[in-house]
Amino acid sequence: MALCLTLVCLVCSALLGGMYALTAEPIAKTNADILRASVNAVLPEGGELSEAVPVEVGGQASEYYVSKSSDGTPAAYAIKSTTAGFGGPLTVMVGLTPDGKVYNTSVLSHTETPGLGAKCTEDEHFMNQFKGFDPSQKILTVKKDGGDVDAITASTITSRAYSLAVKNAVEAFKTIKGE
Amino acid sequence: MSKRKLDIFTKGFFKENPTFVLLLGMCPTLATTTSAINGLSMGLATLFVLVLSNIVISAIAPVVPDKVHIPVYIVVIATFVTILQFAMQAYTPDMYKTLGLFIPLIVVNCIVLGRAEAFASKNGIVDSALDGLGIGFGFTMALTVLGMVREILGSGSIFGWKFISGDGLLVFIMAPGAFIALGYLMVLFNKIAKKN
Repeated sequence: MALCLTLVCLVCSALLGGMYALTAEPIAKTNADILRASVNAVLPEGGELSEAVPVEVGGQASEYYVSKSSDGTPAAYAIKSTTAGFGGPLTVMVGLTPDGKVYNTSVLSHTETPGLGAKCTEDEHFMNQFKGFDPSQKILTVKKDGGDVDAITASTITSRAYSLAVKNAVEAFKTIKGE
Repeated sequence: MSKRKLDIFTKGFFKENPTFVLLLGMCPTLATTTSAINGLSMGLATLFVLVLSNIVISAIAPVVPDKVHIPVYIVVIATFVTILQFAMQAYTPDMYKTLGLFIPLIVVNCIVLGRAEAFASKNGIVDSALDGLGIGFGFTMALTVLGMVREILGSGSIFGWKFISGDGLLVFIMAPGAFIALGYLMVLFNKIAKKN
């Protein structure tokens, strides 16, 4: 009886080990591609991308990437920022130009409600308002809270989390620049 | 194909449809059917696990002692689910992102263990494979139909193609809509099934 269970477990774990070895590389590649695509989406085209640099964003350990222009000066920064959304962590990649303006934003991962909060990945009006957002002129909170961000209909919590993620990234950017 | 084999295959669609008749696997049914394509993917993922675990379990059942048969079945099912999870993560990352948590949860889907226990452990390999296919396609069909209904009513689109601008009845995307749509579909399904 114990022998049978042991045998079955042995065979199964061997199978899984094999499958893991087979897929480890494609999985790592896929994840790297997703990350790269999101970094590229929020930064101006061209420029050489740095490796990930650790930084604290909104009190949590995170990382950022620097895109350098041909003469070696930083052309833009991409900061990974995570906040609590409606359904779980909401991770946003925030691109910033050296003058502190938001270049673009993109959602890296989320668990928001499909059809409602999940629109933060496709609602053009919502996403476009962050393009060129100047944090020194406008306030990065939703209009309901006295800010300048139009929330997604019926998804205030997601919109708040998104705005906070961008805001945290802007704060983190100030520390990065200060160094 | 003999009449008996055909019966084994087709009973999953109507007579023993896992969703509308047996009411098994309600958790993934309600949670993943926010759109037709999600329902379809979840159904196919379950189909894959169901067929392979049915085949393996029917092959090993005669030599597995009675006392440990449930743990052995679960280990077999969990192995196939994990293989599927690795494969999806590597080759269909978008689908993996949507279904995410519900892929590992196939392990505890009562349909899979139910078929192993009620059918595969007592029948031959070919019959068990047919049973897995039938039940799997029945489940896929149910999830796709439910996903279509919820997507049409909830987002005004079908398989991602939008036919109205703006939002639909958002409640159908959320949990309450899942119960409502499932309830009405069940009534409809059983009404049709009874007539035949």
